[in-house]
Amino acid sequence: MVQYSRAHLDASFAALSDATRRGVLEQLGRSDASITNLAERFHMTLTGMKKHVGVLEQAGLVTTEKVGRVRTCKIGPRRLEEETAWIERYRQHWDARFDELDKVVEELNRKEKIDERKKRE
Amino acid sequence: MSARRESEAALMSNRTTVERKSDREVVVTRTFNAPARLVFDAWTRADLFKRWWVPKSMGMTLHACEMDVRVGGRYRLNFGDGMDFFGRYLEVTPNSRLVWTNEEGGDAGQVTTVTFEEKGGQTLLVMHELYPSKEALDAAGTGAAEAMNETFEQLDELLVTLGASVGRS
Repeated sequence: MVQYSRAHLDASFAALSDATRRGVLEQLGRSDASITNLAERFHMTLTGMKKHVGVLEQAGLVTTEKVGRVRTCKIGPRRLEEETAWIERYRQHWDARFDELDKVVEELNRKEKIDERKKRE
Repeated sequence: MSARRESEAALMSNRTTVERKSDREVVVTRTFNAPARLVFDAWTRADLFKRWWVPKSMGMTLHACEMDVRVGGRYRLNFGDGMDFFGRYLEVTPNSRLVWTNEEGGDAGQVTTVTFEEKGGQTLLVMHELYPSKEALDAAGTGAAEAMNETFEQLDELLVTLGASVGRS
């Protein structure tokens, strides 16, 4: 169950606003990596990298899985992006229709008010 | 906080919202600045319906539209080249509720319920679509609205480009 909301996109764009996090995404696009591995590659402390991965994870851009003592990071879940796009497509489809419906309804409304005024006169 | 509330209020007013309630259900809402009976008329009178159901951006033309709006009555929309959308009305409650089937896709067709709720001269329209399967609902997101996908593909490309330039630095 996914609700399309600005919050989703806000989280994604906030996550992408940081150069290190974009680098991490690009890295994970090539292969999965552990947090230790990413921290070394980006010359960061483990704690610093954990925070970055946390932001990416919350935005749904990265998933992590702990096996034994190693936390592995992967790109994804792709599904989230797809669902957001799906919802937005659906919304735009109906929004276009409803904008036209607005015009029809407004015209009916106007006509009715004019008719009422005529009756009263 | 108040800024957020304001932006939420702006979203509430006359904005189309879409929510997937479950794997098989989607709900679309929109408010219109008119009494419910007028909005209902626009959904049930063929001459009015024809004027809004197919906006220009869809790149299609509605050639003919027949609607027998009563329980068990049938409707048919013809887009030329033998492309027809059709089904029948399961429930008709004047100015408040419509339920119909969509049968052009055979068993994959959804059941559409539209309710019209009037409040202070405005009408909240809620359209609920129930599909027979998750696959059918997933597929429904494409079709006529497919062009919108291009926008997202462009965004995807932009993000990839951003990612690549960062990777090099």
